[in-house]
Amino acid sequence: MKRKVSAVSKSADEIVYGLKREYLEKICAEGSRIDGRKFDEIRTAVVNTNFVPRAEGSAEVRLGDTRVLVGIKIEQGEPFPDTPNSGILTTNAELLPMASPTFESGPPGEDAIELARVVDRGIRESKMIDLDKLVIKEGEKVWVVFIDMHILDYDGNLIDACSLGAVAALLEAKVPASKIGAEDFQLPINHIPINVTFAKIGNTLLADPNLEEEEVASARLSVATNENGDVVAMQKGLGGSITKEELFSAVDTSIKVGKDIRKRVLGK
Amino acid sequence: MIELGTQSDIKLINEDGLRIDGRKFNELRPIRIEVGVLNRADGSAYIEWGGNKVLVAVYGPREAFPKHTQNPSRAIINARYNMAAFSVDERKRPGPDRRAVEISKVIGEALECAVFTEQFPRTSIDVYIEVLQADAGTRIAGLTAASVALVDAGIPMKDLVVGCASGKIDGKVVLDLNKEEDNFGQADLPMAIIPRTQEIVLLQMDGNMTRDELEEAVELSKKAAMYISDLQKEALLAKYKASESEKEGERSE
Repeated sequence: MKRKVSAVSKSADEIVYGLKREYLEKICAEGSRIDGRKFDEIRTAVVNTNFVPRAEGSAEVRLGDTRVLVGIKIEQGEPFPDTPNSGILTTNAELLPMASPTFESGPPGEDAIELARVVDRGIRESKMIDLDKLVIKEGEKVWVVFIDMHILDYDGNLIDACSLGAVAALLEAKVPASKIGAEDFQLPINHIPINVTFAKIGNTLLADPNLEEEEVASARLSVATNENGDVVAMQKGLGGSITKEELFSAVDTSIKVGKDIRKRVLGK
Repeated sequence: MIELGTQSDIKLINEDGLRIDGRKFNELRPIRIEVGVLNRADGSAYIEWGGNKVLVAVYGPREAFPKHTQNPSRAIINARYNMAAFSVDERKRPGPDRRAVEISKVIGEALECAVFTEQFPRTSIDVYIEVLQADAGTRIAGLTAASVALVDAGIPMKDLVVGCASGKIDGKVVLDLNKEEDNFGQADLPMAIIPRTQEIVLLQMDGNMTRDELEEAVELSKKAAMYISDLQKEALLAKYKASESEKEGERSE
């Protein structure tokens, strides 16, 4: 249930929001962030794989105080008629009410749908998983890879936390081929995409925004790159704009931070 | 119908550097915009862009409903992108799917960048985008027509919003992908700007591009958007001229 807010208290909220925004814009203009990070510095990322052994792959990610859990299930299914020689990838996100007072239970809203689709795009477009190797019987049976992302604690930047969790979980996922009388095998992986999201506050782009930064941001930009430094997916969000210069500074930072995460967090 | 295959099976650019529909790498498909095509809506527009046919209606600003969606300091923009069941080769199940929800969201956010929403607190501006026939690039066609429909509805804006997609086919950066190029190409980059300030208000990308290719694509899209913006203005002017001459006619009677 949404908390009922009277007109008066809502305008008080508006005032606090305005003050917060002014303050964050001011310190950004002076070159600093509310938690002391550099503009291109992400929060500490901790990945804990095999958190749910019953799943075919799983990863718990803490990105600062944001915490998500990603589970991979791999099951047999029918291929899509237009791709008979290809496995299937499907991605879903649940903004659990336990993660924030602003999340409600019920079917996925547009935020959850956008989150799942942006994470999916990075993985799909980078061709991370070799879906062609997931065919059991051409045109009839293929492996379906389900990525389910549960948001447990929300302190901003779900896109990067979920992307990282999904990638980490896929890297360790095993296809349960013993169920059909073959041997289990490691999910075939070609590439490792890393997504880096930025919030625009005033005229500054901040990598990996926390909740306070996210709340006052005018625009959001996510850039996913692969290990070659190619861009594989992008998404601009929120009702503000970005300049071309900001776009390319984000691309450069994403390439740089992506390399760092691949090496330092995933050990790849 | 095209036989399914992998990228390498299909040649999208021929020896002369021309694309399957005969266009050059930086050439747009034909675009036609019409303003004020619906009677009941507060504003409306129709766009034909290559094989795309998209109709847009704007209602509002009107009281936002349900009430908890109201924002006390500004109008909300409620964009709804919808594909007709018959708009694509294989019938699309009616109603919003996840793709439509996402596209509606990014279109609404792009329009929000241009509309002076703070002038209409507690209201919603509803933008209904119906894709009657789809041929790749529907979200940008819809957004381009939507901003014209907003002007037609008399809603104050800092400028029109206009866009164009670019992408990569056969390893080459090209403007305005058609259906086959979108299906078998290597990257797609829908982008929209506010021409006056050159701000980017919608940006999505999927596929694979190097940084240099991306820069080339953004530049192509930007140039095309500036040109399409002129078409938007011509369309608005055409409606204004038509209503002026109608008035002239009444006066002389």
